[in-house]
Amino acid sequence: MADKTKMKKHFLSNKAKEGLTGYLFISPWLIGLLLFTIYPMFSSLYYSMTDFDILNKESFIGLRNYINIFTDDPRFRKSVAVTFKYTFFQVPLKLGFALFVAMLFKSNRRGVNLYRSLYYLPSIFGGNIAIAIMWRQIMGRNGAVNAILKSLGLITTAKSWIASPNTALGSLILLSVWQFGSPMLIFLAGLKQIPQSYYEAASIDGAGGLKKFLHITLPSLSPIIFYNFLMQTIGSFMSFTQSYIVTGGGPVDSTLMYALYIYDTGFTNYHMGYASALSWIALIVVGIITAIIFKTSNYWVFYESKAE
Amino acid sequence: MGVRSKKHIVTFIFHSFVIILGVAMLYPIAWMIASSLKPSDEVFKNAGSLIPSEFVWSNYTEGWKGFGNTSFSTFFKNSFVVTVIAVIGQVSSSAIVAYGFTRIRFPGRKIMFTAMIITMLLPAQILLIPQYIMFGQFGWINTYLPLIVPYYCGSAFFIFLIMQFIQGIPKELDESAFIDGCGKFRTFVQIILPLATPAIATTTVFSFYWKWDDFMGPLLYLQTPAKYTVSIALKCFADPSAVTNWGAMFAMSSLSLIPSFVIFICFQKYLVEGISTTGLKG
Repeated sequence: MADKTKMKKHFLSNKAKEGLTGYLFISPWLIGLLLFTIYPMFSSLYYSMTDFDILNKESFIGLRNYINIFTDDPRFRKSVAVTFKYTFFQVPLKLGFALFVAMLFKSNRRGVNLYRSLYYLPSIFGGNIAIAIMWRQIMGRNGAVNAILKSLGLITTAKSWIASPNTALGSLILLSVWQFGSPMLIFLAGLKQIPQSYYEAASIDGAGGLKKFLHITLPSLSPIIFYNFLMQTIGSFMSFTQSYIVTGGGPVDSTLMYALYIYDTGFTNYHMGYASALSWIALIVVGIITAIIFKTSNYWVFYESKAE
Repeated sequence: MGVRSKKHIVTFIFHSFVIILGVAMLYPIAWMIASSLKPSDEVFKNAGSLIPSEFVWSNYTEGWKGFGNTSFSTFFKNSFVVTVIAVIGQVSSSAIVAYGFTRIRFPGRKIMFTAMIITMLLPAQILLIPQYIMFGQFGWINTYLPLIVPYYCGSAFFIFLIMQFIQGIPKELDESAFIDGCGKFRTFVQIILPLATPAIATTTVFSFYWKWDDFMGPLLYLQTPAKYTVSIALKCFADPSAVTNWGAMFAMSSLSLIPSFVIFICFQKYLVEGISTTGLKG
């Protein structure tokens, strides 16, 4: 009854008013979604079917860019191979190392808090361009890595780690693994949530350290492993700055990451239409991989059933 | 061997291992700082060493002069201006949107939320080309607008982070504010915002890190040295074909890490906990 009189008084019902307020609050994000995500996505779908080069008016060429990419572009194939190879090694190594260090720091030993912060430091600086520049010099022929290996007697002749096609990608993977801090901290939080009683019960049943790790730690952590794995994989597929600065994609395209290839095509050669087509292929591939990761998670991610 | 001494040995092995690994990990950063104080010709001669034969503090003054008639005071000022304006926008709009999603029931909320999660998984580099074309049409090339305006639309990642925190604030507080005649916006500003300070602080710090380090944006949109931010200035400064004064280059590189380092020290304990509870990437 009271509602009815109110409705007469106001132009809008309470419900409509609440709905409007809701949209008002999310409007910054909604405008951003439309203007900076959805509109560019669809305009690039159009450009991907043109020969746009910034300078001249584009003409519509249908699917020719896509056909060229798949039939006549060795650099495309190379960059896809490089990106998959990079991801295939980088993500498991980084997560494995992050989990290992998290296990080390799980205890409440003295000094652990300080260690944790120090180990996190490289990740704080990780995205900074200075770190990529430093890595380029440290891995170079006259860099510190060779100087140390020489003084330890492990190598006799110095060669540049980033100028050889065999080791260049490895140098980039190492740089990324070095920045393992964020997944480490997330693992650490997860480890601390596993009830101690699980381990105690397992000890009573006579389980050893490895058995406990495989049957208690890993399954309990699986939702966190899933989250880290998903985020790292997506990030890895699109990594750009490191290969751009450290190796420039070389030598002989051995570190030509996909994002770098898009950048090269679009901004060095101004083949914007072609680069748009490359972007759409990336979008679809990343989408498929994300879907696969989500689908397989049913088999290996265990969520504790919440009793409510 | 007694249980006690066995425990001591384990502790000893633990600390030795962690310290050796830690030294190896921090070595590259130490190397960069050491190189910033070495004479230029020494950087690659005695490369492994962390102790300069003489401390060349003039590397810093030489480097600060910059290039193209532009000194690093301009680059640092530009970086600070862009970072601060962008971070303020990103944090405040993310908080407003997060409140809208958690506390207001509006039609289409579920769909909007799902859309937001999808954009969180969308790699930003995919939008690079079309955004560049669009900002070009706006006439925004060689301005700071492409580096700032999108930040005022919030970030899906931070919205999600703040949402999780707001969900933990009792709803009764909103309800009693409503009974006292508080509108939604006032409830947000006066009740929720002060209680969500930990999430807001975490967001601010990470937003700052990422914006300070942002390289792609300045690389694409800034064309004249007078407008360069530190990241793009360093890239030009370190051009392998042009660098002669390596000491000065490493001096400026080291300086560029200071803002992130200072924030890390100030918020260290707090962040390490924040990141573990909210699951930040990075």
